Amino acid sequence: MIAQLTFAYLAGAIILLSLLVISTKSPVHSVLFMLLMFFHIAGLYLTLNAEFLAAIQVMVYAGAILVLFLFVVLLLNLKEEVVVKRFVVRWPYGIASAFAFFLFAILALQSFVAGPKGTITPELIKAETNTKVIGRILYTEYLFPFEIVSVILLIAIIGAVSLAKKRLRSEQ
Amino acid sequence: MIPLQWYLWLSAAMFAIGIAGFLIRRNIIIMFMSIELMLNAANISLVSFGHHLQDMRGQILVFFIIAVAAAEAAIGLAIIIALFRNRTTTYIDEVNEMKG
Repeated sequence: MIAQLTFAYLAGAIILLSLLVISTKSPVHSVLFMLLMFFHIAGLYLTLNAEFLAAIQVMVYAGAILVLFLFVVLLLNLKEEVVVKRFVVRWPYGIASAFAFFLFAILALQSFVAGPKGTITPELIKAETNTKVIGRILYTEYLFPFEIVSVILLIAIIGAVSLAKKRLRSEQ
Repeated sequence: MIPLQWYLWLSAAMFAIGIAGFLIRRNIIIMFMSIELMLNAANISLVSFGHHLQDMRGQILVFFIIAVAAAEAAIGLAIIIALFRNRTTTYIDEVNEMKG
């Protein structure tokens, strides 16, 4: 019963906050609602035996990505957002296609059949701790994708610097 | 025990909200936040699949998705800054040189 109530609270809060994210006028309020939503998603991960991911969610999403968004919003100084219109002209089409996607996803979920269960039971996770189990698979079976992710992050650093820097006077 | 379907419905609803936000908002920063919303919806469904199938690979995929989302946010916000420096706008329907 407590598990259902917790899920209902977290799911309701996540849906409500994501609706607020896409509908508020000010981008700063949007970012702050999104921060709150990320904390609720971290709580949802905790109910799914994913403590490591809950911590990563708070640190990376709430701590790094949203701070980046907030800096950009403050840097761009968007005062006129409050008076001009928020939505594109053809917004009903956008709502309709999102709703159509939702209906299709729900219909497709009706025919979902779960596969055979794996070997990592909650008892094993409780005995070995979540982080240890993740680390063992990540650094053996997924070592090569892990290295590729580090290259992607390096490319992102170089790309962000070269895109956002001002051109030098001598280059113009 | 909460059934897997509830988590998947939540994920589908969140993804649909992300699509709606991406399609209807004019501000490119909020469009980027809608993309983050969709990535988080996919993360929720992956973690719940991993939990219910008793497999750790769902969580590892989420780990990779978070890394890619961080890279995407850095590049995207750099593009927004470059756009704002050249056009002094963040409204996507005012940037129509390519007639898209």
